[in-house]
Amino acid sequence: MSLASLEWGRAASGGRKRGFKGIVVDVPLLVILFAIVALGMVVLYSAVSADTGLLVRQGMRFGVGLAAFIVIAQISPHYWRILTPWLYLLGIGLLLAVAVEGQIGKGAQRWLDLGVVTFQPSELLKLAVPMMCAWFMHERRLPPTFAQLMVMGLIVLTPALLIAEQPDLGTALLVMAGGALTILLAGISVRVMLVFGSLGLATLPVLWAVMRDYQKARVFTFLNPESDPLGTGYNIIQSKIAIGSGGLFGKGWLNGTQSHLEFLPERSTDFIFAVMAEEFGLLGLCLLLVLYLALVGRGLYIAAEAQDTFSRLLAGALSLTFFVYVFVNAGMVSGLLPIVGVPLPLVSAGGTSMVTLMAGFGMLASIHGHRKLLAA
Amino acid sequence: MAGSSLQLKDHWQEQRLFLSRIIAAAVIVLLLCGLVVWRLVQLQIFDYEHFIELSQGNRFRIEPMPPTRGLIYDRNGLVIAENRPNWELVAIGEQINDLDRTLLSLEELGLVDPSEHQSLRDLIRSHRGFERVKLSNLTEEQAATFAVRRHLFSGVDIQEALSRYYPFGEMTAHAVGYVGSISTADLERIDRSNYAGTSHIGKTGVERAYEERLHGQVGYRQQVVNAQGRVLEAAGDGRIQALADSSGVEAKTPVPGSNVVLSLDIKLQLAAQEAMQDLRGAIVAIDPRNGDVLALVSTPAFDPNRFAAGLSRADYVSLSTDPDKPLYNRALAGTYPPGSTVKPFLALAALQTEAMTPDEERYCPGHFRLPGQTHRYRDWRPQGHGNVNMRGAIVQSCDVYFYHLAVAMGIDAMAVGLREFGFGAPVGLDISGENSGVVPSREWKAKQFTRKADQVWFPGETVITGIGQGYTLVTPVQLAHAGATFAARGQRFAPRLLIGTEDPVTREVRYMEPKALPSVGDQDPAHWQLVHDAMVGVTSDPRGSARAPMQGTTYSVAGKTGTAQVIGIAQGERYREEDIDERLRDHGLFVAFAPAEAPRLALGVVIENGGGGSRAAAPVARKVFDAFFAADNYVAREP
Repeated sequence: MSLASLEWGRAASGGRKRGFKGIVVDVPLLVILFAIVALGMVVLYSAVSADTGLLVRQGMRFGVGLAAFIVIAQISPHYWRILTPWLYLLGIGLLLAVAVEGQIGKGAQRWLDLGVVTFQPSELLKLAVPMMCAWFMHERRLPPTFAQLMVMGLIVLTPALLIAEQPDLGTALLVMAGGALTILLAGISVRVMLVFGSLGLATLPVLWAVMRDYQKARVFTFLNPESDPLGTGYNIIQSKIAIGSGGLFGKGWLNGTQSHLEFLPERSTDFIFAVMAEEFGLLGLCLLLVLYLALVGRGLYIAAEAQDTFSRLLAGALSLTFFVYVFVNAGMVSGLLPIVGVPLPLVSAGGTSMVTLMAGFGMLASIHGHRKLLAA
Repeated sequence: MAGSSLQLKDHWQEQRLFLSRIIAAAVIVLLLCGLVVWRLVQLQIFDYEHFIELSQGNRFRIEPMPPTRGLIYDRNGLVIAENRPNWELVAIGEQINDLDRTLLSLEELGLVDPSEHQSLRDLIRSHRGFERVKLSNLTEEQAATFAVRRHLFSGVDIQEALSRYYPFGEMTAHAVGYVGSISTADLERIDRSNYAGTSHIGKTGVERAYEERLHGQVGYRQQVVNAQGRVLEAAGDGRIQALADSSGVEAKTPVPGSNVVLSLDIKLQLAAQEAMQDLRGAIVAIDPRNGDVLALVSTPAFDPNRFAAGLSRADYVSLSTDPDKPLYNRALAGTYPPGSTVKPFLALAALQTEAMTPDEERYCPGHFRLPGQTHRYRDWRPQGHGNVNMRGAIVQSCDVYFYHLAVAMGIDAMAVGLREFGFGAPVGLDISGENSGVVPSREWKAKQFTRKADQVWFPGETVITGIGQGYTLVTPVQLAHAGATFAARGQRFAPRLLIGTEDPVTREVRYMEPKALPSVGDQDPAHWQLVHDAMVGVTSDPRGSARAPMQGTTYSVAGKTGTAQVIGIAQGERYREEDIDERLRDHGLFVAFAPAEAPRLALGVVIENGGGGSRAAAPVARKVFDAFFAADNYVAREP
């Protein structure tokens, strides 16, 4: 307690690293973000067949996200840490409200819900869960004890189960990934990891039992897409054709036959990676991946430079979770992973996820911008 | 507490640990990224030739092959629903440039109903681009009209298809139901990939209840299409065949839907329909030995073939707003006060609970008064029946006796007795749409009404429940089921329409076991015999209320008539039919089974606004019984 306020006191007395005009921003982060979003808009323009209305809405979402980024970056991680339990409880409360009200969007509506910005409480949890885990470990000794691990397990699983009930297995898994990464970064031993890993494997049959039919179908289709060419397999077959036919250099912007002849479903959302693959080829994808890696790298650097446990764990977990989004989307579109309905971060058209992501990066900027200059 | 944990924190050690984790994470990130890149290299470099061929020049289209819908037979193997070849107009969304203009042009040619414009557009939009969406059925002439203009319509085609046909038309409409175009609402509840290429789905009756069995499994094949989207025939062209084979999608032949065998005896069904003539009402005929529904008629009906062919919006509106409600399945959903048809059931319950003994007499002066009240509960016979015992009360349908019985039993015991026969809840017929009806009790009334004052049960309500008036409501299928239960002396079977399925390929029929329900509690044969005899008296005794309509039968009938008031008659007034609007006249009911000594057929008959049960319902039942016993071609269908 005393140490924390001491740090804050020093920071407040002019130690903060400020950008132009006293505003805290992280220039490298912003540059990479702008580059990815710009590249994404170019692809999106093609994917929605030059539907400018959609593009304007996507631009507006980025604008809202940018505003969130800047506002969040101005507030010191010290305050974010104090706010964390309230944010987490708010998120759980909203999830319960959604469950009670029964206003649950069906799996398919997530895809059809183009442009209409509907707030999903599960998005808030994507940030609140790693924050809560980091908050919990902040004043405790690392690595966590077994009892502490159990508490964090509860912190992660409660919202994850509520979200899985909605049912939105994709988001539930991502929320779990966010929490799990925080716990891993907190430094649990390899042995404990192995124990939990095997426990996790043991729960797979249980998971299978509670999975909805359409979710099981996705797994079956993933194992053998050709077995259901009229249903779920259709997406992955068409997606692979789109990617494969792009080759090294791609067919050129606006020249993708798969996407423009409407063979490719969910072009502007979950499958936009395939549109890019078809039109810009392997080289285009590599550029995008390099940008993503740069973003993740910058995030990990911020984590390594961070000065307290909360900031460290949070920055690391947010960066790695972001990579998980990229990997899951690229993996599912190219047939490495089953289709779980995860959008390509910062590129797919869609409301809340863009804002959540930008808010997360705002948190990184806050962590980096409010460091005190001298090491303790 | 915070202070002590702080002291234990070793910041340097912690930072080192964290750094090592970050480095490990970075390595894993790079490895996973490498995995993605490797996968992309695989698809985009190594398999490039394969995929570029799939995507450019010749492309594939997966053509769904819908399964043939199963046939529906009656119990003797007569076809009630079949599939007939006809022409239909289909649209393939992805090949149409301007959907609205295309539809307008088709409407100008008279091939598509203009009132369907919006719904067809929505339907095409809600399908995936490669799916064929049916626009309308075409006559030979219309097919020719389109054929010569086909080149003008990209993405519109005619195809030969099978459409549903019901040879008995409206005779089987309410029992068998019908198929109709798949609506956007239907799409929500089905496995869409299994319906790719299917245009119709069961909407009501057996067609809906056994949709899954009747539909079958979709098949598909890979087709090669040229840049304009036209199909290139693989047959005889080795190159195209090879290309189709290279896609990795193996063709799958559709699995036809199962044929189903119904319990209906179509001859009896037709006889029942004929007996109804122009009357509104319902007949349900059940075999008391197994619950087989041999006939299920609700009139007026409609022609299900119009739905299968595609009903225009205007026609649908005229059907659904018809004051006679032809779309309404009275046999399942129509609820009517049972009137005196409840008397045998209440009599048995009174014997079981010992509220009445068989020989106990009550004096009937033509009316009944509760102690201390002035209200007169009338008997249908103003001059009264004199002294009557239980048998006499059932035979003559004496109301006053049953007022006494009701008071002796109390409302809750009556409710228990009626529920045992299946009243007050769906009896479990295997098609949907059954109404629960109402068996009133104190508990029911407390739940039914929100105002405290309305929740109180009044003694007078007990009295009129004794003659099936007041809150009690039954459906025709409940009435028939209760009759069948009575015929089987308490043994209950869930009424069923489906008795077997036929494999469409081997034509092997598998019949199913009847589904037994919990029996009626009273096991005393003397009780059953007494009420049975009284019910035979109803049709044979000189004072029996159904004697005239059942005179001269070659079989013995046990039955009970009932009359349900549609409007209340004020104290001291008389019901004069000629003064009353036709739709406010009494409903006639009749529950019966025959032959009385070894029952094979139980009937529930309701005639709306037809006057009393003996005049309106019993004669209709007579015709159905006659048809059944004259033909006597009944064959038991057992597993």
